[in-house]
Amino acid sequence: MFQVRIHGRGGQGVVTAAELLSVAAFNEGRHAQAFPSFGSERTGAPVVSYCRLDDREIRTREPIMAPDAVIVQDVTLIHQVDLFGGLVEDGYVLINTSRTFEELGLDDLGDRFRAEHLMTCPATELAIEHVGRAVPNAALLGAFAALTGQVPLPAIGVAIRERFHGPVGERNVAAASAAFDHVTREMEAAARASST
Amino acid sequence: MLRQLEGSKAIAETVALCRPEVVCAYPISPQTHIIEAIGVKVKEGSLAPCEYINVESEFAAMSVSIGASAAGARAYTATASQGLLFMIEAVYNAAGLGLPIVMTLANRAIGAPINIWNDHSDAMAVRDSGWIQLFAETNQEAADLHVQAFRLAEELSVPVMVCMDGFILTHAVEGVDLMDQATVDRFLPAYEPRQVLDPEDPVSIGAMVGPEAFEEVRYLAHLRQLDALDYIPVIAEEFTALTGRPSGGLIHPYRTEDADTIVVALGSVLGTIKDAVDHLRDNGERVGVLGITSFRPFPIEAVRSALANASRVIVVEKAFSLGMGGVLATDVSMATLGSSAVLNTVIAGLGGRPIAQHSIEAMIARAIRGELESLTFLDLDEGIIERERARMARTRRSGPFAENVLRDLRQNREDRS
Repeated sequence: MFQVRIHGRGGQGVVTAAELLSVAAFNEGRHAQAFPSFGSERTGAPVVSYCRLDDREIRTREPIMAPDAVIVQDVTLIHQVDLFGGLVEDGYVLINTSRTFEELGLDDLGDRFRAEHLMTCPATELAIEHVGRAVPNAALLGAFAALTGQVPLPAIGVAIRERFHGPVGERNVAAASAAFDHVTREMEAAARASST
Repeated sequence: MLRQLEGSKAIAETVALCRPEVVCAYPISPQTHIIEAIGVKVKEGSLAPCEYINVESEFAAMSVSIGASAAGARAYTATASQGLLFMIEAVYNAAGLGLPIVMTLANRAIGAPINIWNDHSDAMAVRDSGWIQLFAETNQEAADLHVQAFRLAEELSVPVMVCMDGFILTHAVEGVDLMDQATVDRFLPAYEPRQVLDPEDPVSIGAMVGPEAFEEVRYLAHLRQLDALDYIPVIAEEFTALTGRPSGGLIHPYRTEDADTIVVALGSVLGTIKDAVDHLRDNGERVGVLGITSFRPFPIEAVRSALANASRVIVVEKAFSLGMGGVLATDVSMATLGSSAVLNTVIAGLGGRPIAQHSIEAMIARAIRGELESLTFLDLDEGIIERERARMARTRRSGPFAENVLRDLRQNREDRS
C-alpha cells in the first residue's frame, strides 16, 4: 500500500487532487481510496486530503498516519502545520515552490529523509502559464507521477480529462505534463551530480 | 459498471436507478452531496417523472415523504444527526402507518456539543421507531443496500433506513460497481402499494387507536419486523445471484468458524477490524469478526449461532447509552444469553474520533489476556477526564465542561511545544 497526504488551502483543489490521483490509479486497474480531512472547510483555511493506492482491496478506514508521500500545495503552511508528521523514513516530499528547501527553512528534511525523495516543483507558475489560474493541483499530480512512479503520467491525464472537459481539461493536462518534465529533469540532474 | 467515485455520488446514481417518484430532503452534512446529486438529475429531467420537492425543514421532508408514499409514490429522503431528530415525530409516523419510504442516514454524532463528524448516535436514537435499519460496511454495500431497501420496504410495507458512515463513506472516493437499469428493474418491480390514498377508492389512514386495539396494532408491526428477518436473507441471496456481490443479508461473519474471540460491530469500522484480525491471526490468535448488517430487526438467532463457539465477544460500537453502556452490546447480550462467553463493550469513534488499527489490535490483545474492563472507551484521554472531575469537585461554578476540556487540550498542546 502506498499512502499520500496532500496539504493545501481551501480553494486550491486539495480534495480534487486526492480524488484525481485515486481515479488515475483506478484506471490503471489498481485499488484506490481518496478522502478529505473531514471538517468545516473554508476558502483559505488549511485543508488536508488523503489517498491510498494498493494492488488489493483497501478495507481500512483509519486516517493515514504514516504517509509514504506528502504533497504541499501551499508554502505558507510551512512552519504553521505539521506537514511531515508521520512520514515514513524513505518517504517522498513534494513541495509547490520555485525556491529551494534551504530557502524555505527546511534544511533539516535532508537529515531525516532521502535527498532523492525531496523535490520542489513550481506548480503554481506552471498552472498560471498553462491553465491561466493559480491552481497547482493538476501540475503537482504530474510532478508526483515523475517523483514516485506510483502512477503513469498518461493515467493522470485521463483522470483530469474525465473530471474537466474541453479546454480546461487540456490545459490542466499540459500543466501536469510540464511538471512531470520539470521533475524528471531535476531527478536526472541530481542523478548525474551524485554519480560524478 | 465499476467506477471510481464518491460514496454520495454512488448512492445518488443508485437511488436514481430505483426510479423514485418523489424525493424530498433538506440538506445537512454529511448527507448533502447525495441529495444535491439527485436534485441535479431531477432538474436535468433524467429522472422524469420524479418530482423533487423543496421544503423548509427535515420535519417537512419526512412529512412530504409520508404524503407521497401514502398516495402510492415511491418516496426517498436522506438526512443525518440533528436533521433526523428534527423529523423524529414523522419518522415514527412513517413506520406506524406502514409506509415504505427509503431513507439514507449519513451517520453523524448528535449535539450538544455540536459535532458534524461520524458516529452512530443518530441511528440509535430511532432504534425503536419501527424502521428497518441496515448498516453498510463499504460504499459498494451502501449502494447495493438501497436497491434491496426499496424491495424490502415495498414488499413488507415498512420504511427502511440505510445507514452509512458520514464522511468516512459518504465522502470517500473508491471503486463502486454501479448496477445498470435493466438489472435494477429485474430486481425491483414497480411499486404495488398495500394501502393507497385513492379518490376512486377512498380510505383513511392514520386512525386514532385506543387501548382496545393499540397493543394488537403494535404487535402486528413487530411481526412484520420479524417477517423481515426471513425476507432480508432471501432478497440478499437473489441479489447475489443477480450481481455476484454478497451485499446485504442479516450478518457478515469473517473468520469466525474457529475463533475464540469474535469482534462484533456495525458499519465501515468493520474494514479496519478485519485488517486487525488478519494481523492478529498471523500472530496465531484465533480471532474473527461479526458484522451486523440488519440492526433492526435484530437477527438474534443468526447472531447466536455465529457466536456459539466463541469464549469471548467484544462489541465495538460508535454510540452508547449514557448511564448504561453499549446499545448494540445490550442486543448482543440477548443473543449470548445462557452462554459462558465473556462480553466486552468497547465504545469507539465517537464524534469522528479516528479508530486506528493498532488501537483495535491492542484492545483485542488486552481482552484475550482478560485485562479489558467490561465497558471500555477506546483511546480515552484519562488525564483530561481527571482534570475536569477535579475542577468540578473543587469549585461550584466550574463552568461548561465541553469548553473546559477544549481549553485543557489547548493548554496541553502549548505545554508540549
